[in-house]
Amino acid sequence: MSPATTVLAAIAIPALAALLIPLAHRQPNVREGITLAAAVAMFVAVASLAPGVLGGARPATGAWSVLPGVELRLALEPLGMLFALVASFLWIVNSLYSIGYMRGNNEPRQTSYYVCFAVALAATMGIAFSANLFTLFLFYELLTLSTYPLVVHKQTAEAIRAGRLYLLMLIGSSIVLFLTAIIWVYVRSGSGDFRPGGIVQGAFSAGETGVLLALFAFGVAKAALMPLHRWLPAAMVAPTPVSALLHAVAVVKAGVFVILKIVVYVFGIDFLASTGASIWLMYVAAATLVLASVIALLKDNLKARLAYSTVSQLAYVVLAGALASKSSVIGGGMHIAMHAFGKITLFFCAGAIYTALHKTEISEMRGIGRAMPVTMFCFFIGALSVCGVPPGGGTWSKLYLTMSAADADRFILVAALMLSTLLNIAYFMPIVARAWFVPMPRAVSVGAAAAPHGEHDGIKEAPWPCLVALSITAAGCLALFVFADRIHALIEPLTHLR
Amino acid sequence: VIAEHFPALQVVVPLLAAPLCAVLRNRRLAWLVALVVSFAMPFIAGALLVRVLARGPIAYWLGSWEPPWGIEYRIDAANALLLVLVSGIAAVIMPYARDSLDREIPHRRQPWYYALYLLCLAGLLGMAVTGDAFNVFVFLEIASISSYLLIALGRDRRALMASYQYLVIGTIGATFFVIGVGFLYLMTGTLNIADLAERLPQAANQRPVIVGLAFIAVGLCLKLALFPLHYWLPNAYAYAPSVATAFLAATATKVAIYLLLRFFFTVFAKTFPFEEIIVPAIWLALSAAAIVYASLAAIYQDNVKRMLAYSSVAQIGYITLGIGIGTEAGLSAAIVHIFNHGVMKGALFLLVGGIAYYGGSVTMKRIAGQGKRMPLTLAGIVLAGASMVGIPGTVGFVSKWYLVVASLERGWWWLAAFVVATSVLAIVYMGRIVEAAFFRPADAAAEKHGEMPLAMLVPALLLVVACLYFGLDTDLTADVARLAARGLLGKAP
Repeated sequence: MSPATTVLAAIAIPALAALLIPLAHRQPNVREGITLAAAVAMFVAVASLAPGVLGGARPATGAWSVLPGVELRLALEPLGMLFALVASFLWIVNSLYSIGYMRGNNEPRQTSYYVCFAVALAATMGIAFSANLFTLFLFYELLTLSTYPLVVHKQTAEAIRAGRLYLLMLIGSSIVLFLTAIIWVYVRSGSGDFRPGGIVQGAFSAGETGVLLALFAFGVAKAALMPLHRWLPAAMVAPTPVSALLHAVAVVKAGVFVILKIVVYVFGIDFLASTGASIWLMYVAAATLVLASVIALLKDNLKARLAYSTVSQLAYVVLAGALASKSSVIGGGMHIAMHAFGKITLFFCAGAIYTALHKTEISEMRGIGRAMPVTMFCFFIGALSVCGVPPGGGTWSKLYLTMSAADADRFILVAALMLSTLLNIAYFMPIVARAWFVPMPRAVSVGAAAAPHGEHDGIKEAPWPCLVALSITAAGCLALFVFADRIHALIEPLTHLR
Repeated sequence: VIAEHFPALQVVVPLLAAPLCAVLRNRRLAWLVALVVSFAMPFIAGALLVRVLARGPIAYWLGSWEPPWGIEYRIDAANALLLVLVSGIAAVIMPYARDSLDREIPHRRQPWYYALYLLCLAGLLGMAVTGDAFNVFVFLEIASISSYLLIALGRDRRALMASYQYLVIGTIGATFFVIGVGFLYLMTGTLNIADLAERLPQAANQRPVIVGLAFIAVGLCLKLALFPLHYWLPNAYAYAPSVATAFLAATATKVAIYLLLRFFFTVFAKTFPFEEIIVPAIWLALSAAAIVYASLAAIYQDNVKRMLAYSSVAQIGYITLGIGIGTEAGLSAAIVHIFNHGVMKGALFLLVGGIAYYGGSVTMKRIAGQGKRMPLTLAGIVLAGASMVGIPGTVGFVSKWYLVVASLERGWWWLAAFVVATSVLAIVYMGRIVEAAFFRPADAAAEKHGEMPLAMLVPALLLVVACLYFGLDTDLTADVARLAARGLLGKAP
């Protein structure tokens, strides 16, 4: 297969799976088999493209003209390659985990769940490989629409309310701000193609560039920049694998990926840095990353704490884009991958705790390390990575970011990054400490006795697919620490102009 | 040889078939006649469009009487596209009509329904093809009177009241129009539209011309339901039979908008500067008020057909907004949206009609839980709804794109912002339907049923597919719309 065909296949595989899954409605094993097979096939397809991109190839598909000058087109570039690799790999793990979680909790409507998941992944691949703003926007909206049913999966009043917020904030912002920005770029620059070095230089004045950046930064509400972050904590009502999808694989990652991609290929980092149009965004991002960390610290619900932690971590990537230097963009790109692995591990652990012990509040999680040693060990590793402490992969991306903030002589930003890291440690480590070093109260183990196994103090882990999945991602966090140079090599060409 | 007479056949065939339906007392035979006629219409319209695109405007002299003495039918890109829309919608809804009407109209009245429907079709197509101002009035009355009756045939007794309201307002509109035409005739001595355009400048600042323009504008705005003259529309659409609603919503107001374009641009453009014809400040304010008011009203409706009707008023606001921009791009945007909105609103009304098929008016309570029972219908509503919002890949997006580009080209930032900001209102009202259908439990007392009959479902989904297809391939719609806009503005193609 030529690389261009493989790019199309990467989108077609999950789309095909979405059509096949409903046919296996009555055979759960076949249905999940299709999901897993599609996930593996997609990853193989995406991975087969990586060597070419590393070697400097930039394959592109043909264009389908929708409006004059507006085309549907896919093309490969390093940042999209990285995002596609991360998302497609994590889909495999997430599917494995979903099987354990959805069956373990007897969730209803599993078929439509897997269908929406597959569509969401197809949309994610489309975002990763889009060659221009229009294509990107098309898949961006598709991703919102396909994840909406997942957010309201439980169909409780709370879930429906969260879904409303989700749709209104994401589609509303994207149509009002993002689309305006896109059309503005098309009208002024005559095209919306992603080109190294950007396309707005010369077409926009410095002041207009600042406005345009604001339209993009807030229009892409998937990046959850404050004050457009409310949908993310609200969406926590969804089943945990959905949260993992939202936080690590697709949705928010797509958001920050889009921002980074637009900074690099639409604005061009040199142009953006020279106009100073992004300085305000640095401070908004810095405020978001500190504020969200503080809010996370105050949350007792584990998933809510993780959600605000995500808001904070996303702001790192937005900050990377706003700094608009070579090292910051590389750091931002790396952070997408690092945070994806760290956060998915943490969500998997939260879901495992819920599945095995039916606990959601951190204050209830005393001593659970003894019941769930593997889970809590992996939680520890994931937390290390998100905090940016060795041997977690997040160390490198934070290092790059802090260095680029220092390079830019913006020590307030350096201070904000350091403060946030401290806050990260402050809200993650007590969970770990409580799980391992505080004994489990009796009353809680009585609650656990209501569960099918009925053991009091023994090991009581989540179903094995969950356990395998979270072990893989935790191992991934460590691997990324060791092999960070590979990611660096992949996305380093990002900053080359030609 | 017969192809030369297509402009006449486009109107004459449904006109003659109508009495045939009325005398055939059998509802199935009447349906068959209407079906055959409706299927033939798109071929004629398509052939006309192809010819216009290949060889420029067509002039057809009825009975070979030379204009301005005889009646001239004149077809350019603008009305050719409209003919394709009207006849296409007519063809799509006819297979749907049989089953839907069986449940909604007493069997013995059905032949009348088909007769009226064909008259209405003839009237709408006639208004589109004719190049004679008085002839426009004749067809306008044919279409209007038959549509009052179509609406009155609805099974809800409130349909009578709605029809009566429409009758009163519609008659005022038509009368205003003919008074306006009378004034123009008074000053120029001609009724031929092309001729009028030539002769009017000589009488430019005479009061009767100005009064004529005012009467025509207000009369047509009543027919096209521009806010605040939209009062008749929500009730009429809500209580008419489902097929009639889908047909009228997709075509009737669109033809009125076309007439407005024809008079504003072809007839008056040489006489008055554009700014004096429509006074952009007032025109844009009314359009904007239509969008905001009707979208908000749509959000608060419980009856889904009424909700969609209000949404129509809002969407008409987008069309008139495009006209108000006044440039080639704005006009193209308006014409594209005439077509696109016809397709998506037709699809929505047909789909909702499928729920009405199983009895009862379609309220939020009625639609609750239907996502499980009628998954295809609701999937269609979701897609057409996405189009109303303007999600990329749908026709709604294409319209919005053109509107925003047109606003930006004029440097009207605020208008671009307004267009995108009001899309959010469409998310809310379409979202309510989706939420009720998928996430609210079905009404326990309601009848349990599956999808609507295939003969209804297929046409409805066909329009949904059209919503997506024309969202990704705009060669037909956007290019023809641009040609039409250039033609109306008197520029070379």
